[in-house]
Amino acid sequence: MRNFRVLMSGIIDENPTFRLLLGMCPTLAVSTAAFNGLGMGLAATAVLLASNVLISLMKPVIPDKIRIPCYVVVIATFVTMVDMVMGAFVPDLHSVLGIFIPLIVVNCIILQRAEAFASKNSVLSSAFDGIGMGLGFTLALVALSSVRELLGAGSIFGVNIMWHSFEPMRLMVSPPGAFIGLGLIIGLINTLRPKKA
Amino acid sequence: MSSSNLVVIFLSAILINNFVLSRFLGICPFLGISNKIETAVGMSLAVIFVMTVASLATWVVQTYVLDLFGLGYLRTIAFILVIAVLVQFVEMVIQKSSPTLYQALGVYLPLITTNCAVMGVTLINMNEGYTLVQSLVNGFAAAVGFGLAIVIFAGIRERLELADIPEALQGFPIALITAGLLSISFFGFQGLL
Repeated sequence: MRNFRVLMSGIIDENPTFRLLLGMCPTLAVSTAAFNGLGMGLAATAVLLASNVLISLMKPVIPDKIRIPCYVVVIATFVTMVDMVMGAFVPDLHSVLGIFIPLIVVNCIILQRAEAFASKNSVLSSAFDGIGMGLGFTLALVALSSVRELLGAGSIFGVNIMWHSFEPMRLMVSPPGAFIGLGLIIGLINTLRPKKA
Repeated sequence: MSSSNLVVIFLSAILINNFVLSRFLGICPFLGISNKIETAVGMSLAVIFVMTVASLATWVVQTYVLDLFGLGYLRTIAFILVIAVLVQFVEMVIQKSSPTLYQALGVYLPLITTNCAVMGVTLINMNEGYTLVQSLVNGFAAAVGFGLAIVIFAGIRERLELADIPEALQGFPIALITAGLLSISFFGFQGLL
């Protein structure tokens, strides 16, 4: 039950993108089409899960003073693995995401979860936290990239769903669209969220 | 390599492919510490310094260590370690040699390790196959572009403090929308080269 709560908090209450505002660079950069957002989200989820589990396992042997460099090496190892696997099996997606795959290393979400959660909790909870945060990140990416793809190209996941005379707003798939789209989505979430007294 | 080539790299990294506004690198510090012009300037100076040195160091590591021994696949790990060590080293050197500079830049230095602009510029240098001089120019110019964007943005945000903003958009949403408008204005440089 506790683990389930950990999982859900990553997806909704502490959504890394919409609530904690972490990992902005890949969010803005790769969200031009829903499929890219999904790919990036799943890649980051894989790294988060693996690094959270390993760091949680290794916490008794990591000296406190050099813990950050240790975490970074663990994360970089998994990022390299994900990079190579994606290059081999999904080369098209790999080339679209470009340098943002190796840059998962400096994604604040992953280091923040290692420091704030995995280094203090059991292996199982850390795994759930990794999956929850990863899925929350994926959800945010898919939401933003779907909005941008829908308005900027008239499709979602490459399927054209807008009416025939719809004029795509090229601005939405260009860089300014990312900033404006994310700003409006967070604004919308702030409006919908029940106010705490 | 002609010198006009270097000018093209320089201008393109600052204005056309601005790191923050069109490549989306270094967004965290861009949004995080752009409340005041003063802190924005401090951060930009620290980034300019680290990015230039990082371009140099990673080029040397790539050419004389990774390429030489066929260890290309270790690039991500090697670069992040080089950058982390470098930032720590720069921090210690500045602390010993210039206490005034340290006071101005000190708080920003540790944050730079996880600034994806630094890692990003080193990866771009390698992917584009830049020479040592080109890497240095690109690293320096990209950091200047970052500084330009963050200082302009901080100036706008100082004014925004006084503006009447709908409740739902206060804080980050309005900052993001402002950044979007700034990014549109940088579109104007697109036809420059």
